[in-house]
Amino acid sequence: MEKTINSYEGRIPKKLLDDIKEYLPKGTTMAKLKKILDATVQEYEEVKVHSGESVGIISAESIGEPGTQMTLNTFHFAGVAEMNVTLGLPRIIEILDGRKKLKTPAMEIYLKPPYSKGKDIKEFALDIKETKLGEIALEFSISLVDAEIEVKLDKDKMKTLGLTNSQVVTAVSKQLKKFNVKDHKEFLLFKSRAKEESLNEVYKVKESVKGIHLKGIKGISEVLPLKRDEEYLIVTAGSNLSEVLQLKGVDPHRTLTNDIFEIENVLGVEAARQAIINEVYKVIENQGLNVDVRHIMLVADTMCFIGNVKGITRYGVVSEKASVLARASFETPIKHIINAALIGEVDKLNSVVENVMLNQPVPIGTGIPQLVTRSKKQS
Amino acid sequence: MAKEEKTEAKEEPVQEVEESQAPAEGVKPEETANEEGSQETTEAQEEKKKEDMIEAEETHIFKQVKNIVFSMLSPKMIKDMASAKIVTPELYDKEGYPVDGGLMDIRLGVIDPGLRCKTCGSKLKECVGHFGYIELARSIIHVKFISIILNLLKSTCRDCGRVLIPKNKISKIREVLDQVEKEKGIEGRRRKIKDVITKLKTINKCPHCKARQKKVNLEKPTTFIEEDKRISPIEVRTRLEKITDEDLLLFGMVAPHARPEWMVLTFLPIPPVTMRPSITLESGERSEDDLTHKLGDIVRINQRLFENINAGAPEIIVEDLWDLLQYHITTFIDNAIAQLPPARHRSGQPLKTLTERIKSKEGRIRHNLAGKRTNFSARTVISPDPMIELNEVGVPSKIAMKLTVPEKITKWNMEYLKKFIEKGPQKYPGANYVIRPDGKKKKITDETKEASLEEVQPGYTVERHLMDGDIAIFNRQPSLHRMSMMCHKIKVLPGKTLRLNPTVCHPYNADFDGDEMNLHIPQTEEARAEAEILMEVQTQLISLRYGLSVIGCVQDAISGNYLLTKDMELNRNEAVDLLAAIGVEEFSNLPRKERVNGKEVFSALIPDDFNFTGKTRQDEEVVIKNGKLIEGCLDRNNLGEGSGLLLRNIHKKYGKKFTIDVLGKIFRLGIEVLLRHGFTCVVSDTDLPENAKMKLNETLSNARKEVENLINLYKDNKFESFPGKSLKETLELRILEVLNKARNETGQIVADFAEKKSHTMVMAQSGSRGNLLNLAQMAACVGQQAMRGKRIDKGFDERTLSTFKKQDLSPEARGFISNGFKSGLTPTEFFFGAMTGRDSLMDTALRTPKSGYLYRRLANALQDLKVEYDGTVRDASNKIIQFEYGEDGVDVSKSEKGSVNIKRIIKTHM
Repeated sequence: MEKTINSYEGRIPKKLLDDIKEYLPKGTTMAKLKKILDATVQEYEEVKVHSGESVGIISAESIGEPGTQMTLNTFHFAGVAEMNVTLGLPRIIEILDGRKKLKTPAMEIYLKPPYSKGKDIKEFALDIKETKLGEIALEFSISLVDAEIEVKLDKDKMKTLGLTNSQVVTAVSKQLKKFNVKDHKEFLLFKSRAKEESLNEVYKVKESVKGIHLKGIKGISEVLPLKRDEEYLIVTAGSNLSEVLQLKGVDPHRTLTNDIFEIENVLGVEAARQAIINEVYKVIENQGLNVDVRHIMLVADTMCFIGNVKGITRYGVVSEKASVLARASFETPIKHIINAALIGEVDKLNSVVENVMLNQPVPIGTGIPQLVTRSKKQS
Repeated sequence: MAKEEKTEAKEEPVQEVEESQAPAEGVKPEETANEEGSQETTEAQEEKKKEDMIEAEETHIFKQVKNIVFSMLSPKMIKDMASAKIVTPELYDKEGYPVDGGLMDIRLGVIDPGLRCKTCGSKLKECVGHFGYIELARSIIHVKFISIILNLLKSTCRDCGRVLIPKNKISKIREVLDQVEKEKGIEGRRRKIKDVITKLKTINKCPHCKARQKKVNLEKPTTFIEEDKRISPIEVRTRLEKITDEDLLLFGMVAPHARPEWMVLTFLPIPPVTMRPSITLESGERSEDDLTHKLGDIVRINQRLFENINAGAPEIIVEDLWDLLQYHITTFIDNAIAQLPPARHRSGQPLKTLTERIKSKEGRIRHNLAGKRTNFSARTVISPDPMIELNEVGVPSKIAMKLTVPEKITKWNMEYLKKFIEKGPQKYPGANYVIRPDGKKKKITDETKEASLEEVQPGYTVERHLMDGDIAIFNRQPSLHRMSMMCHKIKVLPGKTLRLNPTVCHPYNADFDGDEMNLHIPQTEEARAEAEILMEVQTQLISLRYGLSVIGCVQDAISGNYLLTKDMELNRNEAVDLLAAIGVEEFSNLPRKERVNGKEVFSALIPDDFNFTGKTRQDEEVVIKNGKLIEGCLDRNNLGEGSGLLLRNIHKKYGKKFTIDVLGKIFRLGIEVLLRHGFTCVVSDTDLPENAKMKLNETLSNARKEVENLINLYKDNKFESFPGKSLKETLELRILEVLNKARNETGQIVADFAEKKSHTMVMAQSGSRGNLLNLAQMAACVGQQAMRGKRIDKGFDERTLSTFKKQDLSPEARGFISNGFKSGLTPTEFFFGAMTGRDSLMDTALRTPKSGYLYRRLANALQDLKVEYDGTVRDASNKIIQFEYGEDGVDVSKSEKGSVNIKRIIKTHM
C-alpha cells in the first residue's frame, strides 16, 4: 500500500500524498487506491498554474486588498500573560520594509529538558534578562568637590537577581575604563583617573553609567516564563538570537525571534525567508483574514532571492529592476532618469509599465504569445 | 497624448534617445537617433511612415519599440536637433502672429488652428512640435547635475584633469567601486570614490602632474568655491573638459553618452510650443503657459547679457546678469529647490516648471504615461436589481444611446446594420457614426441619414447603440482586486442608474448608498474576446486570494433560504408559484403531494446527482443526497461568500455557467420567499421576559461587586501582580476580564430568553445580518468601551469626566455601559460610546493611505513576476524567483482552499 502511494511521488506533491495516507479508510483495495491516486494526479494537473499567469500582481493584490481591513492599533495584549507585540498593518509594513530596527523585538525561547519541565525556570529566565546598573541603583549622585559619582545600590533587588557587589564592580570597571571603582558595600564610588576631570564630563558619565551591562544577554529587556501545552518556555521582549542560541539548556531548533534581520545574520537567508512567511502569515491570520500562503511566499521570495533580505521600498527590491522607466514610475523619477543618462542605460522594455507607457502589449499573460508568419515579400 | 510625452522626454540635457527597430528590417540606431533628438512618439511615427512607404499595401503592420537608450544631450546635439534659433523674447507681433525667432515661432510647431508648421508642413494636431535652441551668452550650470560636478571637481586634478588616484591603484579601486555599485547603486559609487580619494591623501597633490590641489566647496544651490574664491561656470567647464573618458568610467559615466562638460550648458534647448500651448481666454486675451513665461525671462536676460558683454559693461553688471540667468535657468528646470525662492506668477502662485511636470502622482509619468484615459465609458450611481442575472449589468437607455459598438459592414450583415443607420442617433436602437474605410468618421443626423444609407457598403463601419448581450467591463474604485473589474453582459433597462445583481456586490465591495460605478465598452474583437473569456463574472467566482467562492448569497437571500429550508411548509401550488417566479420551468423535481416542505422546494434547484455534506452555523449537519436536501437548513456557512463550500462544490462539479445560474436562482428564491412570508425587524424583537431582566440585573450587579472587591484588594495592597506586569496593569486586566465576562453572560441570557422566531433572531442565526452580540447590545447591555485594548482613562486629571471622583476605578467611571440601546444610555455612557466611535473613525482614516501605499509598493515590486513556460516564476530580466510557483505549482483560484480536496476524491471513489 505504502509503496504504491510512494510510487506517485514526483507526480503529486508530498503534502497531497500525506493527505491520502491520512484520510484513506482502512481496508481500501489496491484497485481503488490506484483509482484515487490517478484521480488525484488528474485533479492536480488541472489545478496547476498556467504559463504566463501574472502571479506577482495576484500576490500583491491578495496582500494589499485585505490591508484595508486590518487594524492600525499597534499594541495588543493577546492575553494576560503575553508580551506586547506590534500587530496588524504596522507589523506587516515593518516586515515588508525590511527594517532593521523593530518596534517590538521579541523572542520565544524553547528549552531542553529538564528546564522545559519547569525546573528552575524562573532562575533561568532571570539569567537571560539583561540587567543594567541603572536597575539595581537607588540613587546616582555627584559630589561636586571630588568629581566623584556615588551609586547607591538596591540590595534587595540585587539579591533577587543574584548579584554580589564584587560582580558589579568587576563588570563596571571592565566597561568604564576612565574611572576607578571603589566598593563601599552600600554604594559604589567612581572616581576619574584623570587628575582634572571637568564636571561636564562627569555628568555625561553619570548618565552613561546607567546603561552599563551587568549580566544577562544584551538586548533582552524583559522575560516572562510561561507554560504552554505542558511545556515551559520563556517569552522575552528584546531579541538577541546569536547569544541565546549558545546558551546551554536552550533548544536551538525551536527557539524563535521576530527579528528577521537577526535571523538573516545568524541563520542565513533561507531561514529569513521562512521567517518572513511565518511572521506575515501569523499577522494576517491573527486579524481573521484569509490569505493563501503562496502569495506570502512569493513576496518573501522576491525579498530574498538576491541573496540577502531587501525591503519592498525604493531602496530595496524596486531599485533592483532592470528597467529605467519601471524604476522611474515608482518613486523619484528624475533621479533615475539622470543616472540612466550618465551611463547611457538601455531600457529593454521587458517589463510591464514601460510597455504600458508606450502603448504596447505587456509581456505577461495573454501578451506573451506571438504570431509568427512568413511575410509575403515579392521574391 | 503626443504633446504630453514630449515633456517627459525633454528632461533638459538628459535626453532619452530611442532606437526603435522594426523587427523585420532593423533600422540602424544611428539613423533613428539623429532624427529628432529622440521623441518616443515622433520616432514611432517617423518609423511608421518609412514602413508605410516600403509596404504600402499592407496597412496593418504595427511597429514595436524595442528599446530606449538614455543619454545626455551634447551642445552639438542640441543645435542639430533644433529647427529654430530663438533670439527674441517677444511672442507675437501686432496682428497676433507669432514672431520669427520668438518663443512661439511656428517652426517649433503650431498651436493655432489654420496655421501650418514651417518645419514639417503639417497642421495643428498633426505636427508634434520641434525643438529650438538659444545660445547662452555665458555658460550656466545645470542644477540637476550639481552634486556630480562637485564630486568630479573634488576628485580630479585642477590642472591636468586626471583622477587623484595613483596609476598603480586605479584598477584595484575600480574593483572596489564596482562592488559598491552592485550593493548601493550608482550614487553610492560616486559617494564612495570621494571617500576613497580622501583616504588616499592625495588631495593635496596630484599623483600625475604633482600640481597642488585646492579645496572645492559647493555653495548651494549653484556656486562653486575654491578656497574662498569663486570658480565661474566657464572655469568649471574647462576643468570638466580635461577629464579623460577612461577616468570617467570610475565615476560611473560612459563617455559617448555623457560628458561632464555637457553638464554646464552653453546651449539651451527650447521645448516645442506644442508642449506649452497658450490658452485663449474668453476675452480674447492669450494666457501663456508657465514654461513660456520662464523661457521669456531666460531669453530676455540672455539678450541683455549679450548686449552688456558686447558693450563692454563693467564686470559687476555682467556678473549680476549672469547670476540672474543662472537663477532663471535653474528655476526653469526645477522650481522647488530648497535654497532658491521659487519663481512665481503675478498672483503669487509658484510656476510649474519641468521637474514639477514630471514628478509625483500628478506628474507626467504616473498621471499620463502609466495611467491613461479612455473613451467609450460611462459612470453613474448604481442600484440593485435581483431580477437580472449575475453576469448582467442594467444600463439606462440614455447611456445605451451614447455608448456605441463598432460593427464592420459585410455583405451578409449590411441590411441588418442599415436598420440602425435608419433609426439614427435619437431612436433606440440606432447608430451614432459611420466610419469610412479610410478612417473618416461621419456623424449620423437626421439630415445625413439618407446620404449615409446610400453611401455605406462592405468595408464601412457602423457605430451602433449598445444592445442586450453586448460586452462591457464594469468597475468600482478602489480597484484593489482583479474582481474589481469584471465583464458583464449589457441589459438595457429604463431608469437612470446602472443596475447590478446584489450578489456581485461583494467582489466590488459596493453598496447602494450612493456608490457610483464605471462601465467600459471594449471596441475591438480582441478586446471583447479577452474580456469575455478572462474577465466575465463566472470566471471570477473563486477568489484568487483564498480559493473559495467570493460570490454568494447576501442579506435577504440568506434569510429567505434559511426560513424556507428550516421548517416551512407550503401548498403545492404555492411552491410551483414560487419556483415559477424565479424562472424555473421544470417542476418534475417537486414531489407530487398536496403539501411540500421548504427543503423539497429548494431541492428542485439542485441537480439530481449532487451530493454534499456540510455544517450549519449552529454546527448541525447539512446533507444533500442525490440532489435532495435531506437534513439541515441553509445559512451563510453554505450560501454566503468566503465560506460557501456548497457553491464551491457545485462549481467544481458542474462548471461556472451552471453555478451562476443556480446561484441566481437560489438568490431569487430567498427573496421571493421573504416577499410572500413577510420579513421585518421590530423593537419588540428585543423584548425580554421579567425573569430574564432580573437575571440580567443580577449578573451586572455581581460583576460590579467583583470589580469593587478587586479595587479594594488593590487599595489594601493585598493584590498579586502577574509576572512582568505592574500592579496597576494587573488590576486593569482583571477588571477587564470580569466585565467582559459579565457582558458575555448578558449576551447568553438574551440568547436564551429572546424570542427565537423573531426576525432579528432569524437574521442573526442565519448570518444574513447582525449577530447575537448586536441583539444583546440592543436588549441588555452594550458592554465595556475599550480604547487601544484598555479601559478608557483619558480626559481629566486622574478621571475620565468631571462627574466622577478622582481615581475612581469603578466600571461606570471607566467606560462600562451597562444599559442597552433600547433602554437608552446615560449621558456619560453616551459620551464613552462616542469616544470609541471617534477612535475607530480615526483608525480608518489613517489606515487607508497607509495600506494604499503598501499596496502600491507591493504591486510595483511584483508586477513583472510571471510563470514561465517551464513552470518557474521569473521577473522581467528572467531571474528566477521561485522554481515552482508556491512550491507545488497550484493556482489558488483553481484550488479548493489552496489545495486539492483529497477527502472529496476519496469519497467519490469509495
